[in-house]
Amino acid sequence: MANPADGGLMARLLPSRSKGNVQDQFYRLALLLFGVSIPLLFLFIVLRIGTEAWPAMEAFGWGFITGTEWNPVLREFGALPFIFGTVVSSVLALMIALPLSVGLAIFLTELAPRWLAAPIAFATELLAAIPSVVYGLWGIFVLVPWLRFTIQEPLSRHFGDVIPIFEGPAYGFSMMAGAVILSIMIIPFISAVTREVLTAVPRDQREAALALGATRWEMTWQVALPYALPGIIGGAILGLGRALGETMAITMVIGNRPDIAASLFAPGYTMASVLANEFAEATGALYLSALMEIALILFGITIVVNIFAQLLVWRVAKRGGR
Amino acid sequence: MNAELQPSTMAPHRPSRSPGAEAEASALPPARELESAVEATDFSFWYGSNQALDSISLTVPARKVTALIGPSGCGKSTFLRSINRMNDLIPGIRHEGDITLHGDSVYRNDRDVVQLRKSVGMVFQKSNPFPKSIYQNVAYGPKVNRLVRGRAEMDELVERSLRRAALWDEVKDRLDSSALGLSGGQQQRLCIARALAVSPEVILMDEPASALDPVATQKIEELIYELKHEYTILIVTHNMQQAARVSDYTAFFYMGRLIEMGRTQQLFTNPHEEQTEAYITGRFG
Repeated sequence: MANPADGGLMARLLPSRSKGNVQDQFYRLALLLFGVSIPLLFLFIVLRIGTEAWPAMEAFGWGFITGTEWNPVLREFGALPFIFGTVVSSVLALMIALPLSVGLAIFLTELAPRWLAAPIAFATELLAAIPSVVYGLWGIFVLVPWLRFTIQEPLSRHFGDVIPIFEGPAYGFSMMAGAVILSIMIIPFISAVTREVLTAVPRDQREAALALGATRWEMTWQVALPYALPGIIGGAILGLGRALGETMAITMVIGNRPDIAASLFAPGYTMASVLANEFAEATGALYLSALMEIALILFGITIVVNIFAQLLVWRVAKRGGR
Repeated sequence: MNAELQPSTMAPHRPSRSPGAEAEASALPPARELESAVEATDFSFWYGSNQALDSISLTVPARKVTALIGPSGCGKSTFLRSINRMNDLIPGIRHEGDITLHGDSVYRNDRDVVQLRKSVGMVFQKSNPFPKSIYQNVAYGPKVNRLVRGRAEMDELVERSLRRAALWDEVKDRLDSSALGLSGGQQQRLCIARALAVSPEVILMDEPASALDPVATQKIEELIYELKHEYTILIVTHNMQQAARVSDYTAFFYMGRLIEMGRTQQLFTNPHEEQTEAYITGRFG
């Protein structure tokens, strides 16, 4: 970044004493403040959450992350059920949303005539504009009953004894409901990014494939999609990031019970949900500190996911030689 | 003054390793008398309401090099892309008349476009290798067309194609590295190898050397000269010296019409039409 030729980073960033006009100096200073403010804010947040979480870290050590009991009344704080709930619901949501979003994007960019593509794309983007709490209400009144009676009960009746993920009573409010609602919420993000990168595949790449006798299908799957893959991965991780942090909608449908169950039909609890539900009522310093530590873990997971995504995008892009 | 020493501005000089070329060129019969590979009959083409080609009738002789020349926007690329129906991708296009490949209409309703594009290969203006390995690039066409069985057969086909594109010796030790690491000229020869791998009968080249330096251009031109013994080649070029160097026949397009087609030597030295003469002597275009 710093170019030694013009006297180092600081000399360039800080207002110089030379006769440069005042406006320019002011401009530099203002931009410097803007540029530095975000990293500072980030640091401040980490520090603050870290200090607040410190008493819990001291009291429970690693046991906090591996503990499965969450009972504030007995001063038992184990965060594993929340970590499990967050990770499983988000990954399931991604598994549902990714094929749908990529399929939708392929349809819109490769197949659909413009008069059809534009309204569908607009409708998809509108999904992103629906407030989280509205998704939650829809989830409670439409999705949960539907899942319960149409999907969960028959599956549980016929396969519950054989397949663990379908076992147990069908409550409706469940890990499955949480994953489904999250998947609907992240579809607009993943499909928008995928559409963008598919549109950006150079025409000469498509023509090269077609000129060699590839069908449209082969051209899309063998040339356009691989070319767009780094972008699609980026979009998927963006969606995953949103799913990890989503709070309101999933809190309303996941059942909020801190259990680790194999069954998709059993209720679960996520980190974001427990923060939203219990923070206002947290009594006692240790309880509050435990919630802060959960916030810190959630923060950490999203950062790790994003770093991992960036590495993945680089790797895939490099393998293609770009 | 000795007529032979008179500097002729556009004298076709062929690649140096073919001393018999001049004699060969003058011995060429008119295109119509040869076996034809591609034949256009009153072919007109529109992008929306914009007419790009106006009643083109043209015979492309088999296993010869035919150059399409003319100023920008004259329709030569459109004509080229009409032969393998690459224009099909563009919405709002329309055509009249017909183009045939060995007597078989390219535009008949039940024509299998995929099969057509397999027999009519194409090399583009800008080299467009896939962001894959050199091997994968050449193997792509045979793979989608299911031309070979087994790795050994594919290895052989890839090698043969790269050899015919005069690229084998330069890349044989790094077949698995990315095609994007090759130089521009090598990339373009790779694209030619990729086109050869599906054994086309006709190869369309849309200004294949316009983005290359002189040395790379010369290699491409020598390659074209070699390939014409087995393939029918149509080449669009902006560069008239290039047309003169590589082609046996030349067609001059102007404003969507075919003005004149003839033996390259005749067209450049003794054009029948005034417009052709004006263009090749640089008075316009």
